Amino acid sequence: MILVIAEHDNATLNAATLNTVAAAGQLGSDIHVLVAGENASAVADQASKVAGVAKVLLADSPALADGLAENVAAQVLAVANGYTHILFPATAAGKNVAPRVAAKLDVAQISDITAVESADTFVRPIYAGNAMATVQSADAVKVITVRTTAFDAAAAEGGSAAVENIDAVADSGLSSFVGREVAKSDRPDLAAASVVVSGGRGLGSAENFKLLDQLADKLGAAVGASRAAVDAGYAPNDWQVGQTGKIVAPQLYIAVGISGAIQHLAGMKDSKVIVAINKDAEAPIFGVADYGLEADLFTAVPELIDAL
Amino acid sequence: MKVLVPVKRVVDYNVKVRVKSDQSGVDIANVKMSMNPFDEIAVEEATRLKEAGTVTEIVAVSCGVSQCQETLRTAMAIGADRGALVETDVELQPLAVAKLLKALVDKEQPQLVIMGKQAIDDDANQTGQMLAALLDWPQATFASKVEVEGDQVKVTREVDGGLETISLKLPAVITTDLRLNEPRYVTLPNIMKAKKKQLDVVKPDELGVDVTPRLKTLKVAEPAPRAAGIMVPDVATLVDKLKNEAKVI
Repeated sequence: MILVIAEHDNATLNAATLNTVAAAGQLGSDIHVLVAGENASAVADQASKVAGVAKVLLADSPALADGLAENVAAQVLAVANGYTHILFPATAAGKNVAPRVAAKLDVAQISDITAVESADTFVRPIYAGNAMATVQSADAVKVITVRTTAFDAAAAEGGSAAVENIDAVADSGLSSFVGREVAKSDRPDLAAASVVVSGGRGLGSAENFKLLDQLADKLGAAVGASRAAVDAGYAPNDWQVGQTGKIVAPQLYIAVGISGAIQHLAGMKDSKVIVAINKDAEAPIFGVADYGLEADLFTAVPELIDAL
Repeated sequence: MKVLVPVKRVVDYNVKVRVKSDQSGVDIANVKMSMNPFDEIAVEEATRLKEAGTVTEIVAVSCGVSQCQETLRTAMAIGADRGALVETDVELQPLAVAKLLKALVDKEQPQLVIMGKQAIDDDANQTGQMLAALLDWPQATFASKVEVEGDQVKVTREVDGGLETISLKLPAVITTDLRLNEPRYVTLPNIMKAKKKQLDVVKPDELGVDVTPRLKTLKVAEPAPRAAGIMVPDVATLVDKLKNEAKVI
């Protein structure tokens, strides 16, 4: 049996869960999904419709409302018995909780898998994706985080799994939720967008980053940024694409004023089509671009906006 | 309050590693090694907490080969008061490191552990969370702001879509994200001073920890290369290619 931990906001099942279910499907057919949340029955219903899911476990409690790692990990451990694999999406939430579960089970965690070779052997990137390691686990339970861009999403409709209400764990009393500042945006989610427009230090200021907003609006794209642009304060951190930020693999990735540091390439080089606009002909980003345009971005981007 | 700061010696972030031809691993002979950048942020944060009067002592710890002493000296040059190395030539995986750190925490009794969220070599992003679990302590990963308030610590975290703030009961484990601070440059006088600071070396056996790797690396390969692209002369050609060749717009 395989357990997938659902990612959600108590109202909607996050798409990353679908990719994780798809990875689970390569390990076996008896896939259960755990929804740990508060008033999250809508999420459980959505999970029950995902193709390939055999059962949904719903744990509903105020202690699980905000994804506190201590409580969610305890909830996973409460149901873990009998599962051979426990999979989380490699999102901020999944990465936060999975290692707690692995440590308590005294097993290794396999992070960020990009391929399933067999029930105990997986491929994962190391050194910012400059090398791919094939690793084998001898542990009885495999705790895994799944790089969602590496697995095509399972169909959101078509399944008809039963939802089983389970006892929720008590609050650990060790941590409490204070607040959340989530940027409101009409744009698609960066990790799931089919087009991403990203800016680098070449933009020169936060003000100039607005140029990318216009381009993104034309393309229905999400906006991303290089670490250099985030470090310089031009863009918020949750826009960061790279080894230590988000991993994206859209149909189209447009890199504007990004030189192409190793750690940035790690986050976007699996995109289907990559466009690079940079005035430096020697910029490493051109090495991974399908279409390179050596030009001043402040002329090329407005031209591009007009042409679309 | 005492703080423990684990630091890892890794291939410098500017080095592009090469996969060995026999696919047994990456070639790290003769490449520049440095402190993991996120750990540097952790040492800096601990140092700022000490400068603010919240922290009284900073103990930097590292697990690995003898050369990790250099990494500990760097931590002490930034601001750690002393160092401890758990020395072993065995390949250390996150669970083993978390167990070694737990043994050191049991010995040192810090109120706070601040460490990097992820090492840039194995990119695992596990050790802090594992340590917190083994200690039954609360955790705040991916921290961008840390405020100690009495027996609590309030931490702002970088999460998907924005920021989240949580409050933890001390003792606790915090892992650092990029924007927490900008580490200072170490000065020559501080490097000299760091050489005189106490550095203890212990072996995993002395801590009663089995560090045998759980994961076996079967092979390490180059990632699949991308097909070579083309340069386009102007925006019009680019738009045409995207529409008619790549068919993505």
